[in-house]
Amino acid sequence: MIEAIDVHFSYPNRVEALKGVSITIKDGEFVAIMGQNGAGKSTLVKHFNGLLKPSLGKVRADGVETTKTSVAALSRNVGFVFQNPDHQLFSETVEDEIAFALKNFGFAADVIESRVTWALNLLSLTQYRKTSPFLLSGGERKRVALASVLAWDPKTLILDEPTIGQDHEQKEILRQFILQMQTQGKTVVIVTHDVEFVAESNSRVILMKEGKIVADGVGKDILTDPALLELASIVLPQIAQIFTKLSPLGFPKNIIDIYEAKEIILKAWESRTQK
Amino acid sequence: MSVFDGLRFRKIYSPIHNLDPRIKFVYVISIFVCAILFAQIIPLLLLFLLQVPFVLLAKVQRQWIRSLRGASFLAILIFVINIATSYFTSGYHLTPPIIENAAALTLRFVVLVESFSVFFLTTSPDHLGLALEESHVPYEFAFAFTTAVRFVPVLAEEAQTIMDAQKARGLELEKGGLLKRIRNYVPVLIPLIVSAIRRSLELAEAMESRAWGATKNRTNLYLLKLHRGDFALLAITIGILAAAVYIHFYVSIPTITQLIH
Repeated sequence: MIEAIDVHFSYPNRVEALKGVSITIKDGEFVAIMGQNGAGKSTLVKHFNGLLKPSLGKVRADGVETTKTSVAALSRNVGFVFQNPDHQLFSETVEDEIAFALKNFGFAADVIESRVTWALNLLSLTQYRKTSPFLLSGGERKRVALASVLAWDPKTLILDEPTIGQDHEQKEILRQFILQMQTQGKTVVIVTHDVEFVAESNSRVILMKEGKIVADGVGKDILTDPALLELASIVLPQIAQIFTKLSPLGFPKNIIDIYEAKEIILKAWESRTQK
Repeated sequence: MSVFDGLRFRKIYSPIHNLDPRIKFVYVISIFVCAILFAQIIPLLLLFLLQVPFVLLAKVQRQWIRSLRGASFLAILIFVINIATSYFTSGYHLTPPIIENAAALTLRFVVLVESFSVFFLTTSPDHLGLALEESHVPYEFAFAFTTAVRFVPVLAEEAQTIMDAQKARGLELEKGGLLKRIRNYVPVLIPLIVSAIRRSLELAEAMESRAWGATKNRTNLYLLKLHRGDFALLAITIGILAAAVYIHFYVSIPTITQLIH
């Protein structure tokens, strides 16, 4: 569980990036944090594993206050995958890259071996085991970065812009994967601009603007509220746009899921043909 | 990264910022030469104090102090090494002249850092490039140089992100003995270098697609011209240099230890 209590944060250049943020993320939740550039999304999640410490207020990860321990100790439970994989890849082989964190955390050699194999398999990277990560494509490098964090099986996973530069198929794999993590009781927090990805994922959505939380709730309510989305510079998901335009005909407005949309349209169609 | 802060140009206006970069560079090099000429603490102290009015006039005192603070680690290292070598070579004696000599050599380093810091704090990369071009340095080299200067803050920011990313993977930079600590920086340096190279290739492609180097004879919108202030600085520079050479050859400089006794 991650708790932020009235967190304020200012960067050394005196930009106040967080102005009193309070949230609780429970175990097993899937949370998407959205908002325009500079809203404080990345600043907020960097507090969850102690990379940034609040200027005022408190952040607790599993009851441990982040100011009282090291990033390395917190990271054991809170895994953080950065947006750009090139900011972390450095090893000669993909295998070494994934083993890096495991060695830092002091896992035994045989455990490291089996965890690396597991992570490679999970993200379909087994064929690149002995390849240099620098020779891989952008999407593959991103998967290596993800595998290198998943390998130590953290309880909470934070993903900063995971869908950027990924094709549709990879996004779908990522989504399935997040859902799978959720069924294992893991907490997943993503920071993203990708409204379609969030709409299809049925997650809790937190909207931020200028260092504050402006909305917090289920995607179905938040992603269908044009006034809220405009605040955060986000457009409605396509399904929601269609249903908003169809609402004068008696269709509900708050639909973002493709399958739900299909059911509603099918029902309307059938009742028309029966008349 | 405070050392970089002391070299980062910020756009403000002051009499020092408006000076011709070429003359400023001549001034910095003269101070450099003077600092090398002397190994005694009194002239070096004078050289150190000489920079202060420039810093105040240019209104960059805060960044300037930060750059000195950034250099303090190396300064202390120089001091300690000098003391240690004199101590061991003089047959295990620690006398006031030894300490004074070590302090003087440390001060020499500080003078070099502070004069370069003033130069870079008050000279925009554009001016620097212009100065190089007008000194008949080929445009390609002038451009490469100014681009390098311009990318220093970007690299510093990137280094911070990389350190964060590796810390999030359990890397503890401040752990272990000296050798281990140096090795801890490998996971930071490799991504930094790789992304710098990648960035430079991307920059080259972007520049070529915008017709970089299409015309052989480039002209500039702004040209450097010497003003009254530049001549004044040049006169001051020549004065300092002449005085320094004269003192070096014809005046015997007392050390503080001699003054006290």
